[in-house]
Amino acid sequence: MKNDNIKNIIQNGAIWGFILLELAFFQIAGEYWSLSDRAFMDLDNMLLLLKQAAPIGIIAVGMTVVMINGNIDLSVGATYALAGIVMLDSMSWPFMDALGDWAIPLAWGFALLTGAILGLINGMIVWKTGVDAFIVTLGAMLGYRGLVFMYNGEQPTFHLNWTMVDIAEADVFGLETPALVFIAVALIVWLVMTRTIHGRNAYAIGDNREAAVNAGIRVGPHFVINFVLIGFLAALSAVAFYSASGSVNPNDGMLFELWAITAVVLGGTKLSGGKGSIIGTFGGVIAIQLLRKGLGHIGADTETVNLVIGSILIAVLFLDRQLNRKGAEELKV
Amino acid sequence: MSEQTPALRLEDIVKTFPGVRALDGVSFSVLPGEVHALMGENGAGKSTLMKVLGGIYQPEEGRIFIEERETVMHGPLEAKAKGVMFIHQELSLAQELSVAENIYLGELPRKAFGRVDWDTLYSRTDAILSKLKVSFNARTRVGDLSIANQQMVEIARALTVDAKAVIFDEPTASLTDAEKSVLFDVIEDLKAQGVGIIYISHRMEEIFRITDRISVLRDGEYRGTLETAETNEDEITQMMIGRSLDLSRNFEELELGKVALRVEGLSCGKLFQNVSFEVRQGEVLGFYGLVGAGRTEIAETLFGLRTPTAGRIFLKDEEVRINSPIDAISKGISLVPESRKEQGLVLGMNCRDNITLPQVDDLKAGPFVAEGAEVSIYDQYRDRLSIKSPSWRTAVGNLSGGNQQKIVIGKWLSMRPEVLIVDEPTRGIDVGSKSEIHNLLRDLAKQGYAVIVISSEMPEVLHVADRIVAMYHGQVMREFDASEVTEDGLIQAISGITNDAA
Amino acid sequence: MAEASTSERGAARGTSSDTMKTVGAFLARQGILVAFILFMIAFTLWNPRFIDINNVFGVVRSSAILGVMALGVTFVVIGGNLDLSVGSMMSFSAIVVLDLHENPAFGPALAIPAMFAMTLCLGAINGFLIGYLRLNSLIVTLGMLSAIHGLTLTYSGGQNMDIANQSATWFDVFGRGDALGIPIPVLIFVGLAAFLGIVLAKTPFGRKVYAVGGNGTAATFSGIPRARVVFFTYMISAFCVATAGLIQASRTMGAQNTVGQGMELEVLAAVILGGASLLGGSGTIFKTVIGVLILGFIQNGLLLAGLEFYAQFVVTWIIIILAVWLDIATKRGRLWSPIA
Repeated sequence: MKNDNIKNIIQNGAIWGFILLELAFFQIAGEYWSLSDRAFMDLDNMLLLLKQAAPIGIIAVGMTVVMINGNIDLSVGATYALAGIVMLDSMSWPFMDALGDWAIPLAWGFALLTGAILGLINGMIVWKTGVDAFIVTLGAMLGYRGLVFMYNGEQPTFHLNWTMVDIAEADVFGLETPALVFIAVALIVWLVMTRTIHGRNAYAIGDNREAAVNAGIRVGPHFVINFVLIGFLAALSAVAFYSASGSVNPNDGMLFELWAITAVVLGGTKLSGGKGSIIGTFGGVIAIQLLRKGLGHIGADTETVNLVIGSILIAVLFLDRQLNRKGAEELKV
Repeated sequence: MSEQTPALRLEDIVKTFPGVRALDGVSFSVLPGEVHALMGENGAGKSTLMKVLGGIYQPEEGRIFIEERETVMHGPLEAKAKGVMFIHQELSLAQELSVAENIYLGELPRKAFGRVDWDTLYSRTDAILSKLKVSFNARTRVGDLSIANQQMVEIARALTVDAKAVIFDEPTASLTDAEKSVLFDVIEDLKAQGVGIIYISHRMEEIFRITDRISVLRDGEYRGTLETAETNEDEITQMMIGRSLDLSRNFEELELGKVALRVEGLSCGKLFQNVSFEVRQGEVLGFYGLVGAGRTEIAETLFGLRTPTAGRIFLKDEEVRINSPIDAISKGISLVPESRKEQGLVLGMNCRDNITLPQVDDLKAGPFVAEGAEVSIYDQYRDRLSIKSPSWRTAVGNLSGGNQQKIVIGKWLSMRPEVLIVDEPTRGIDVGSKSEIHNLLRDLAKQGYAVIVISSEMPEVLHVADRIVAMYHGQVMREFDASEVTEDGLIQAISGITNDAA
Repeated sequence: MAEASTSERGAARGTSSDTMKTVGAFLARQGILVAFILFMIAFTLWNPRFIDINNVFGVVRSSAILGVMALGVTFVVIGGNLDLSVGSMMSFSAIVVLDLHENPAFGPALAIPAMFAMTLCLGAINGFLIGYLRLNSLIVTLGMLSAIHGLTLTYSGGQNMDIANQSATWFDVFGRGDALGIPIPVLIFVGLAAFLGIVLAKTPFGRKVYAVGGNGTAATFSGIPRARVVFFTYMISAFCVATAGLIQASRTMGAQNTVGQGMELEVLAAVILGGASLLGGSGTIFKTVIGVLILGFIQNGLLLAGLEFYAQFVVTWIIIILAVWLDIATKRGRLWSPIA
């Protein structure tokens, strides 16, 4: 049991240790190789990092919930793009024009509603057909992306509203809106997962679905709620990002699902469900973003980021397995 | 007693599966404040009956009454709401959640905004746990508990609701003696509160220690109910297996050949230690012991699935090292594993391909699999083992348990092994196929195979084995000769009682 | 006892409804093929140009790259694993073969085998991590997707690759050539499909792939070297990817670093559409080819019918869900899931 505790500490703390390691490495390596004379662990730099991490981070929070359930959502990238398009496009609808700046919250509402509906569709299919979430959302990834292209062809969707940009770039203590949204979302969902019945049931279902069913938890509706949540968060991510940029490319959000899953897994969430935490995911998102920035900081090609992250993901999986081995008595199958 | 209103009453329950009458008119009742044992061999229908009671299966005929009100169960939740609680043998716990969350899963106390009311949850749980005298508290993560403590968590669930009836399914399988007596106190408490208890177990001493009445099932049929105080083990055993325990050898002594396999001081970590035995051509060696005694692990080690930490293995007097199943197979060892579905068969594959799987590399016509040769191997073993399957193309998942087991046996016979190890050869198989498989194992010995049979059913080892190795907690307690074995001696040996006089 | 099945009952009954049952069973088993034929007939009635030989060749030709990759992924999926790295691996192959082609030390004749060797090394990494180290294939190949993408970018320095003097090489034969009036990519696809189909259906190795994917534990208990079998499924996948990369590079005589991006999921969609189960142990090469062709012909058919190009994605989505749903509904004997 004592060993288990130590193992738990290692596993839960690993991501923060890794972040410290990254900070130290890039700080020191930066002083040798960096072309810029700015320190890596500069406050502005770190605040900027949170903002840059936000789009994937907000989605990763939702992905954590879905993966704790034992499901997965591969359609978030397409949902992100479609919500962004709906938001920007709706700003130019005739009746919205008449509303002036009041159109902004309405446009956000349309985007969030879009995300929630796309999530609802996934959730209902998973519940009612019993088809594995991997396949359902794999199909939806193609389908939703198709909708993105059907909306506006291969043209970018474009609408710049300066009030909206101002809101999106407003900052509190140097944290810009996307970073604040990311932190708020992580905080709220963390509370939901640790304090509420819904959150605790999510763990129970992912850990032992039969036990949860026997205990009377309604698994189907529970799944639907979580798919609506991740759809909503994908849309919220789009709202936070596109309010500032004002332009959606139909290829936007591609591979977001893979980045989000990488962050979640780095943060210690088990693929088979039942285990994981929002805090871990938050760490995973930060670790990935640090790596991107850090490699740039020490003058490495940005291209190497993918190589490094991929290798780290596999290394984490390997270490996790080594920690969980039972030793010589193990059955060799 | 009989004038009381039964807490739970079953009347003429019939449940059939394709080809099998799993329950054939089962009736019995449990009175409030009574501990009622339900006994029967594996496959007698106990678990099917419990699934009917829990609403997982719907019976074709028969009725269920709770306090004499007829009811229909549609699921475990409904059963719970109606006051029928199940304490399962298989642990159904969520490892990452706390003890309290597991005990109250599905009905966590609620505060505003869907929050969990932790104070209420923990105080209620701690109140229950204090009755159980356990060393952990409500906040402990279940994954950090030992299996026995997890079983106690499962048992704690029985105390959360005002149950009218509680069903314990083999609750002591993983408990120590101290924990057992706590469990029995809990059962006494429930009894005092007027709860009716169904207690399923194979362990005679427990049955005679705590139960008031015993009902026996055999082959899906209800064989009757006896007052515990007025019966004895022999009578119950006779009801369970349909005859008095026949210890005489009803087969001729076989001519023994050379020693096929000899094991000296074999150990594998904590699983088993210092195990020595030998088996000759033309004999059946039985391994008998409770689940977890290390019997299966020995078989897995001999088959190259585990690495021994000490000891030597000799095949025909030649020392060998077996590092993988491939090694074992090439040296003439075959293993019919314990779990047919998980280890024995690829359920989605057809009968022919399953039978020839270990030798698919040797059955070649040019670069291809010689499918004609495969079909003739299938035909040969279909006839020899009388496997009933529509065709070789049928997926084995569609066969009955007995026929599936014959496919696994056929698979290994077709490898013409020197030593055939059979782990739980008749688990979950109907009685007809059972005796067929027993006869088959005898026949194989007669043909000169060295056969090792591992079983947790006493009649089985007594019937097929020439010698019996009794195991307890990873140790060989004693080796019996078929001529000298007594039921008492066997039971004592596998319960860890060392009695030189036995 | 409870395990005896309904099909046993059905088979034991020797009545005249047997023919109906056989037909029903055939439809259930070959549902995707039937759907494909019905789909082809419907579109041909709608627009006879659909079945025109040139149109058919056009479709098969444009499906060939996806198809060749799907052949390899079929092995991986039947073996009970996933391969999400095929898209970025294909980009890698295309970039490498183009770069080596332009390298005077190699030239086309050496560039091709060198590229195959390098791609097979990547497949060996996948196979080692998943087969021998038993790591989760979804995460490993996800990591490899990212890592190989980084590798490609590092290799190319982020630049697109082009063949400078296109008229001076025979390299375009794989993507643009014809033999006996049939496009070479189609010949490669069909030939490789036939070869791998035979390997999977008729050889001991193929049988072991089904056993390992169907029940890995039982396969181990039967003396099948599970790790080695899984390893080789990834080698086959890498070989197919290298072939696809060759066709891609040869067809466009140049490639972007991201040419295969997103294809991993489209390939998987084709394999699943063909009826392979993600749990492993079921599927065939023939069914995968049907899956690939359905995707190709839907795209083509919808275009001929005047629908927008991107509507095909939406239709593909619906078809994938319906196909898998009907498959599991047949197996469980009820349409709606039992999830509470």
